[in-house]
Amino acid sequence: MTTITLPETSAIDGMKNQPLTPGQLMWRRFRKHKAALFALGGMIVLLLYIWLGGLVFSRGICAPTGEFLTAEAYANCNDTAQKLQPPSREHPFGTDTIGRDILARTIYGGQISLTIGIFAVIVEVVVGVLVGAVAGYFGGWIDDLLMRVTEAMLIIPSLFLLIVLSKAIGGSVPEIQFLGRAFSGSVVVIIFVIGFTSWMYLARIVRANVLSLKEMDYISASRALGVSDARIIFKHLLPNTIAPIIVSSTLGVANAITSEAYVSFLGLGVQTPTASWGNMLDSAVKYLQTAPWLWLFPGLMIMLTVLCINFIGDGLRDALDPRSTRNV
Amino acid sequence: MTTYILRRLLLSIPVIIGILFATFALARLIPSDPCRAMLGEKATDDVCDQFLERHGLNKPIPVQFAVYMGEIFKGDFGNSFRFSMPVTEILSQRLPITIELSLAALSISLLVGIPLGIISAVRHNSWVDVLTMLWANIGVSMPVFWLGLMLAYFFSLTLKGTPFQLPPSGRLSPGLIPDPFFEVWNMTLTEGTTIYIIAEFISRMNILNSILSGDWKVFKDAVQHMVLPAVALSTIPMALIARMSRSSMLEVLGQDYIRTARAKGLKQRTVVIRHALRNALLPIVTVVGLSLGGLLGGAVLTETVFNLAGVGRILYEAITARDYGIVQAFTVVIAVFFVALNLIVDISYAYLDPRIRLN
Repeated sequence: MTTITLPETSAIDGMKNQPLTPGQLMWRRFRKHKAALFALGGMIVLLLYIWLGGLVFSRGICAPTGEFLTAEAYANCNDTAQKLQPPSREHPFGTDTIGRDILARTIYGGQISLTIGIFAVIVEVVVGVLVGAVAGYFGGWIDDLLMRVTEAMLIIPSLFLLIVLSKAIGGSVPEIQFLGRAFSGSVVVIIFVIGFTSWMYLARIVRANVLSLKEMDYISASRALGVSDARIIFKHLLPNTIAPIIVSSTLGVANAITSEAYVSFLGLGVQTPTASWGNMLDSAVKYLQTAPWLWLFPGLMIMLTVLCINFIGDGLRDALDPRSTRNV
Repeated sequence: MTTYILRRLLLSIPVIIGILFATFALARLIPSDPCRAMLGEKATDDVCDQFLERHGLNKPIPVQFAVYMGEIFKGDFGNSFRFSMPVTEILSQRLPITIELSLAALSISLLVGIPLGIISAVRHNSWVDVLTMLWANIGVSMPVFWLGLMLAYFFSLTLKGTPFQLPPSGRLSPGLIPDPFFEVWNMTLTEGTTIYIIAEFISRMNILNSILSGDWKVFKDAVQHMVLPAVALSTIPMALIARMSRSSMLEVLGQDYIRTARAKGLKQRTVVIRHALRNALLPIVTVVGLSLGGLLGGAVLTETVFNLAGVGRILYEAITARDYGIVQAFTVVIAVFFVALNLIVDISYAYLDPRIRLN
């Protein structure tokens, strides 16, 4: 892996005029990763689809009430006379077991799935970074205790933790309003459950980084100047370990989306009528043969999204954190 | 080496006790009482008191924990509320199915993943490499159960009537009842003895049992039923293993001693397998160890899709029904399994890399 690449002429020209900013350097390295670039394009299309797609595809007359509905109301309109219709001009992805339009539900389900992915990662980063930084910085028995807990959580298969936790706290959170739409309480529960079961790898990465950084001279200097521990951790240590945090939280979004699908597939995740890509799949086994469109499209959306995010994560790793190895 | 193994063994004792406690606590975390979950919402307080009394659930939590620990050390996991039979009995019926499925999936992921990783590293940037990596990325991006659904649909419906048709669910075709290998061998075993329990446990793994008893009709049928779930379950670990093998091999292949080996005129095969692979194995072993956790979690989903009555499925049902006995027993078994597995991974580190042994 020790290939030496000479700077291109343009790079030399660039240096003559002006030094490149870190952002430009990052973009330059990211661009080299063709799959990541392609995935970035794919992700933009997917985001446009779930953000604006509702304006185009989610409108129509809801037969049982006879009203003309748009947006999420249309996605939740159930017309049992139309149940389990195969894909057609009117319903390009077909209809589900109670006659809701699957295309519209993949759009609004996508909003939920991505929201869960992003917020679960925020929880994951907060917990993981805190545990990792505190363990690495203070060392001693604090480190021992936190790392044993981390290891114990890594040993138990995360799906079991997910099932138990979503069973334990599920159904006790009321509906909340956010970004102009209502989220059922189960969404909030799932965000925390996924966040609290996925921080362990991040904690280990942050700890390892903090361990090596805290021996540096500038940290000793800060300490000699009487800077507080909290300030050293947040102002000096964490900004220097931001690259692996960004990379692993990008990949974390992909993991959280899959985790949501697993929990919802088992019927313990997001509760209907709110759609998510995961809960659209929960009756799939029953209709494996009779209605393949029921599980094909939501699954395809999950796969494409997760694939794009994974490629972007790989590209970011190359761009931000060239020294790290994959999968650790 | 022996001291190293002994030290690792001693270190795993507190971990196991910790997990036992966590399991016990988690099972009690699940809200609503087991009585009404079992006997229905309309159960009267009197009936429930009797139920709690019978299962020792009315005692204080610390007492329950002490009783529970004591029984575990005697190998007794108590009774399942739902099935009214000893949990160990259920365990011995379900565990073979999951073990068989996981072993099949693990074998596939190792036998395909490692060679693919090696080939992509040796032919770095060739079309084989690009395709393998693309496929590995798709593999880790697919929800296990969705892949299972696609496979089941494709092989049981699209290919219906062709020789490639495969059954989408169950373990054996209806009507096919395998004879336990010990009966075929005319072994006289007394029911209840340890040997009988072990023999019965092994005989419940259909593929192994049919090989042992030489029943090729059952063997073929069992393998056909195993292919789809095993392939579905193997995809994610396979992709991870292929990726890790590739990056680890790439790193090793760039080192000076490999160039020296090539300069000595050694064959490509010898250089790759004898010189490079052994040094590249360490990170691969780590990933294999880690992906086994995912394998067990994935087993729940795979067993759901393919309608297999394994451990994962029953554990999920037990959590939903608050069947403490089963939840505890299975988590303990899984935890002990993982601690043992980590031990094996650590020992194989020490075996692969003498430096670890000496520290």
